Amino acid sequence: MNFYLALFVMAGVTYLIRMLPFAFFRKKIESRFIRSFLDYVPYAVLAAMTVPAVFSSAGGTIPSAFGAAAALVLAWFDLPLIVVATAAALAAYLAGFFF
Amino acid sequence: MKQHFTRGLLHGIPIALGYLSVSFGFGILAVRAGLAVWQATLISAACVTSAGQVAGVGLLAAGGGLAELALVQLTINLRYALMSLSLSQKTAESFSLPKRLLASFGITDEIFAVCAAEPVPLTFSYMAGVILVSVAGWLAGTALGAAAGEILPERISAALGIVLYGMFIAIVIPAARRRRGVLFAALSAAAIHLLLRFLVSSLSGGFSVILATLAASSASALLFPTEGKKEDA
Repeated sequence: MNFYLALFVMAGVTYLIRMLPFAFFRKKIESRFIRSFLDYVPYAVLAAMTVPAVFSSAGGTIPSAFGAAAALVLAWFDLPLIVVATAAALAAYLAGFFF
Repeated sequence: MKQHFTRGLLHGIPIALGYLSVSFGFGILAVRAGLAVWQATLISAACVTSAGQVAGVGLLAAGGGLAELALVQLTINLRYALMSLSLSQKTAESFSLPKRLLASFGITDEIFAVCAAEPVPLTFSYMAGVILVSVAGWLAGTALGAAAGEILPERISAALGIVLYGMFIAIVIPAARRRRGVLFAALSAAAIHLLLRFLVSSLSGGFSVILATLAASSASALLFPTEGKKEDA
């Protein structure tokens, strides 16, 4: 895939999604299903992008799994994004010495 | 106008700080996927969207097609349409069409959140302030992360490859704890994606993310319809 073409497509699609409703739409979405659907999309996307990719994101599978586990636990306790992310990398890094 | 702009700049600072770390993670991933520092930064400048960029870089590395790339961006970034729609309802009279065309470039999850929280009608000056500072952080983080990915020893840069996923986890888990619909959407999306990856190996990564997202979000919307007052995507 040509880099510039890919860049153009990514940026163009993303811009249109933001621009069209902001510039031209004035009505509220009434459908409860569509509102709920759009509400859940970001979480579903992030989950699908994370599983299974996270398990090969930090080198080997086992170090990656340690990193993912650290992130899960800390996220469960509501720690800030940056703490969760750093801890995941640290756990994966340390586990990398053993596995 | 000046006050609005300054207020926007100030509101952008925490966003920019958060972006520094997220885009640092993106920069690392992009370089590990084979892109140069300037390419990663150019993507960040043109798109300003974390999950969309990650998916895009993944497709670039895997050699997907342009149509797939467009569909993936559409699905992953569809939530912005809802945010834009919501913001379009609270713009000030002075917010002309050309200004809308410009400002819509910078509607991200976080910028939407501060704009939605503004107690007064939105002005272009305010949004421009927020967007300028935030995007500066986004670009700086990308360049730094990409450069770090090139310089750091392999062991460290490999471990940093998980940073962005750590952030995704940190976004999903707290919301999933509080809302059953989110929990269901996230778990079923992960499960469906996993199944698709292993059972339908001919399906590319981009399309399987799309299918998993559409199926999980629809199921969750049917089973757990939201109250319909807030669009806190």
